[in-house]
Order: sequence, then C-alpha cells, then structure tokens
Amino acid sequence: MNAEMLLLTALTIITAATPLVYAAIGELVVEKSGVLNLGVEGMMLGGAVSSFALLHLTGNAYFGILGGAFAGIFLAGIFAVLTLGLQASQVATGLALTIFGTGLTALLGKSLVGVGHSGLQKLPIPFLSDLPVLGRLLFQQDVLVYGSFLIVPLVAWFLYRTSAGLTLRSVGDSHDAAHALGINVLRWRLLATLFGGACAGVAGAYLSLAYTPMWVENMTAGRGWIALALVVFATWRPGRMMFGAYLFGAISILQLHGQAWGIRVPSQLMSMLPYLATIMVLVVISRDRGKIRKHAPQSIGKSFYPTT
Amino acid sequence: MIRLYKRPAPSRLWIFLAPLVAMVLTLLSGLILFSLLGVPVVEAFYAFFIEPLTSVYGLAELGVKAAPLIMIGVVLSVCFRAGVWNIGAEGQFILGAICGAAVGLSLKEVEAFWVLPLMMLAGIAGGMLWASIPALLRTRFNTNEILTSLMLTYVASLLLAYMVIGPLQDPFGFNFPQSALFHKAATLPVVWPNTRLHLGFVVALMLVGLVWLLMSRSMLGFSLLVTGSAPRAGRFAGFSVNRSVWVTMLVSGGVAGLAGLFEVAGPIGQLLPKISPGYGFTAIIVAFVGRLHPVGVLFAGLLLALSYLGGESAQISLNLPVAVTGVFQGLLLFFLLAADVLIHYSLKPVTTAPAEFTGLTNTQAQHVANSEQGAP
Repeated sequence: MNAEMLLLTALTIITAATPLVYAAIGELVVEKSGVLNLGVEGMMLGGAVSSFALLHLTGNAYFGILGGAFAGIFLAGIFAVLTLGLQASQVATGLALTIFGTGLTALLGKSLVGVGHSGLQKLPIPFLSDLPVLGRLLFQQDVLVYGSFLIVPLVAWFLYRTSAGLTLRSVGDSHDAAHALGINVLRWRLLATLFGGACAGVAGAYLSLAYTPMWVENMTAGRGWIALALVVFATWRPGRMMFGAYLFGAISILQLHGQAWGIRVPSQLMSMLPYLATIMVLVVISRDRGKIRKHAPQSIGKSFYPTT
Repeated sequence: MIRLYKRPAPSRLWIFLAPLVAMVLTLLSGLILFSLLGVPVVEAFYAFFIEPLTSVYGLAELGVKAAPLIMIGVVLSVCFRAGVWNIGAEGQFILGAICGAAVGLSLKEVEAFWVLPLMMLAGIAGGMLWASIPALLRTRFNTNEILTSLMLTYVASLLLAYMVIGPLQDPFGFNFPQSALFHKAATLPVVWPNTRLHLGFVVALMLVGLVWLLMSRSMLGFSLLVTGSAPRAGRFAGFSVNRSVWVTMLVSGGVAGLAGLFEVAGPIGQLLPKISPGYGFTAIIVAFVGRLHPVGVLFAGLLLALSYLGGESAQISLNLPVAVTGVFQGLLLFFLLAADVLIHYSLKPVTTAPAEFTGLTNTQAQHVANSEQGAP
C-alpha cells in the first residue's frame, strides 16, 4: 500500500464518519437533557429526503442542508409533543418516529429515485489547502465536513464551559432538583430535542447531498442506530464520541477496501462489520457499570411533568 | 392553556377507547394525505380498506399477513410487559427462516411426515439462538438490548443475502439469488383449500390462548409482570430480572423464528433475499395497539394485516406507492401514543383565578385551581 492509497482511505473515512458525527453529537445533547430519542434513524431519513428534494427543486445544495435541518426539527417536534407534552413513553415514541420516518420518506421520495445531481461542492480553504497531505485531507472538503470539525468542540464548550450547558446537564441529571430551582425543565428538553433533530437532519442531508448524491429508500442503513450506540460508547462525552465516529467510519469503509487489500470474504459478510463492531463496543463499555453510572444522565428516559 | 392532571387510577374506559380514537385520527390524516397527493379520496379508501375484504382470496390473504404479525406481536407484548425491549424480532424471524430452510433443503430427497416438524424445530432454534445473543449480553454484560437486538437484525438480513448466493443457493437456478423451491414434505399445508392460508394462522390463534393463560393464570407470567413494572418489588419477592430477560427473549425469539419458517415454507416456498415486508417491526405496533394483551393483539394483528393488503391493493388499482402502508402504520402508533395520555391523565383547561381580587400570585392561583379540581 502506498501513500496515495493511504490518503484516499483516510478521505473516505472522513466521509463515512461525518454523518455519524452530526447524528451522534445531536443525540448526545438530547440525552444530556434527559431525553432518549430512538428516532434518530427516522429523522436522518427525513433530512436526507428533504435535502435532496430541495437540491432537486432549487439546484442549490445549501438550501438542501437547511431543508434537511428543518425536516429533522419537524420530526423531532412530533417526538417532543408526544413525550414532553403528552407524557408518552420515550422508547415507544422514538420507535414510532423511525417507523413513520421510514414510511413517509419512502412515499415522498418515490419520484426522486434515480435522479442524479452533482451534490455538495468542495470548498478548498485558501493557503491551508496547499499544505502537503493535511491540505488535501482537512482543507479541501465541503462545508458540512468543516462543520463537523467545529460542532464537536462547540458542543463540548457549551456543555462544560457555559452556564446554559450546566443548566441543560442539571435538567438531565435531576429534573426534580432543576425544577425546584425554577428551571423550566420541559423548555430545556424541548430545545435539546429540536437541536438533536436538526443535527440528525443535517446528518441525513450529508448522506444524500455529499456521501452518495442521490436518494435511495432507507439509505441510512442503520446509521441512526449506530449513532445512538456511539453516544453510549462515548459515555456521553463529545471528544470520545468524535473518536468513536471516526473509528466506525474506518470500520465501515473496510468493506469497500477489503477486496482491494486482498481480503477474500463475501461482501455481505464484510458489510456486517459495522453492526458487529457496534455490538462489540457496546459490550465493552457497558460491562463496566460504574463507568456508565458515573457519566450517564441520571434522569435519562424518565418523563417529567410539572405538577405546580 | 390546557394542562394534564394525573388520574387517581388509570381510566379503564380509555384503555379501550384510545385505539379507536387513534384509528379514527389515522383515517382522518389518511384523508388529508390522499387529498394532498391528489389521489381520489373515496377510491383510495375503498381500495385500501374495503376492497381487500370483498373476496374470499382477500380474506385468506388477510390471515396470511396476520399470522406472523399476531404470532410475533403476542410474544413481544410479553417482552414489553416484562420490561424487555426486544426490537430485533425481524432478525429472529429471518434466522428462523434460514435455519428451517437449511434443514428442509438438505432433506430434499426425503418425503416423510417428520420433515416439516423438524424444519419447525430448526426455525424455533434459529430464532432462539439469535435472541439469546442480546439476552446474554444484557444479563452478563449489562448491554442495552434495544441496540444489540436491532444491530443483529441488520446482520441477519445480510446473512440471508449471503445464504441465497452462497451455501443455500439453488444450484440449478441460473445464479439467481434464491434457494431451490421446497419439496412437498417441506411445504406448509394450507388450512383453507385453494387459498394460501396456512397452518401459521392456526398456530397464531393457539398462541393467543397460550399467552393469555401464561400471563393471567401462571406464576411465571406474574413474575414477568412484576419484574417489568416494579423491578425492586420483584427483587424482594425473589423474582430475578435476568430470568425474565432470558424467558421473554427465548420465547419471543423462538416464536419469531417459527413465524419466519412458516413464511418461507408457506406463502413464499423458497428462500429469497427479502422475505419480510417488516413483519418484525410492524409487530411492535401490533403489540402496542393491542394494549399488550393477547386478545387485543389478535385484533391489532388483523388491523395491521389489512394495512399491508390495503397498500398492495392501492398500489395495483391507484398506482400509489406501497410505502403508504408504512405511513399509516407510523401514524397509527403516533396517535395511539398520544391518545394513551388519557388513560393516566385528564386534560383540563387551566383556570387562572383573577389575581387582583384574591391577592394570590399566578402560581398560588394555580394551586387553588388544582385543589378545586381534585388534582394532586
């Protein structure tokens, strides 16, 4: 394997990891606020189909990104109404969101199947993109990849360095105590849930605008669920989540490069790798109960309704 | 402004009314959806909900679609009541089909009565094996069974895709991704002549009865309910959560595997790369719409089977995409979850007392309003 091949591999790892970064960082914030939204897969599909439809209609991929984010916010809004407003089970509602999102996007995207577009443009950053190796790797990407480099440190800064972040975490750790302090628990959870929706929508937009610029029914192929697993893998810490996303990006492109590297395994079996790896890391992380207990938001999945 | 007030006890009325309200709301949104898509509404509704039920063939097909939904839905309802989130029934269904089919195909020279029962056992074992992985990981390593069982569904469908181009491919099938057709002894008997309604429907009905007995008349069922709703109380009573996980996972996996074997040995007749239109996931909706009760699941299974048939019929007569089915199923579950709020809460408008007369702050006024309405 020569240097050029290594560089190409690294580039594909970045494209495979970017949607996971968005989806997982959004869900991380949601879970930090004490809400478990299992509908990431459905929201990603919503983002993917709407962004591609907008690209198709307007010819502008940036409208597409916006449309993807709003589709995610819309679907997350349904989830919020049911779980925060009407006290429905978060697990059941999240599953419903995924089932609904899968069906709705298949219906709405019917006329988009087989349509081709050039997708999101690369925006080389002046001077930096001329750097050897690093320039091609990091500074000749599209706007969503740059965004994924920025969003993780931003979220980490927000959660651990701002008072709003502290409030959000307190809502997730003990909604009763937060409520007693006069914090509007439901409003914070609503905002977090909508942020998670926007992120999942953008993750979907990256898939249909940049990863493979087209729309295919159910094109997320479980990435929303992998993002959920990544949050657990990261024990709810943004930095580790970024690392995890790149690790999974690497595992999922192994199947593409496996043949070239002379690994003689049927492609179906190679495609199992990301899913098997997800199970594997979940086991490794969750067997240490103390670690999970130390970092997990204590009120996660529990509903809260102010009585006074 | 409307607020929720917790009822002193769950409303028995709304337990039954909520699914009906959800159905009506689903139909209304279907109406809106169809008119937005520019589809003639009356024709669409006729094609979707009436046409499939107007022929003998349609009724039998309803049973064919309902069989796996009821079988899986009824065991998933046991899982969910025990607090075990087996989301991977689709994968267990596929594994059952693969294992059962492997036995059937390897006995293709044998025309004996025991071939089919052996395939069923293999199907059950395959489903159990697949479900035992999340059970083991949950009980041994504390791993969330939602994520593991779901990941294993993706693995199972890839395994099936590999099987039909690999070990189980039809050697005389011109390299198509499919297995050979099952021979006579490996094919499921139909219970209604000249239709496709097969033994699976009878098994589904028997399972409804069995699960009802288990949950309402047995100590095992009681221990599952307790560990599901109050794990701490269950621990004091000596009921082990781990045992609940194993029992519900193995039972649901085994039944899902059997349903998968029925599907390939009955209506399909061979292994194909895709053998299920998402029965394992729809069965989750079936379990909830059926109130996690066996009899409710029976009706919910028939209702959601109709959504599949309706989708097919609307596709043929109105050229609607078959994905409409998924939208209806998702909407139904959403509306059900929303309507369920009325089981535990009553909705009342907030009546704010005029503050300038009583001298109370808004919050205090609210207190008064609450206590007047007998709310906590």
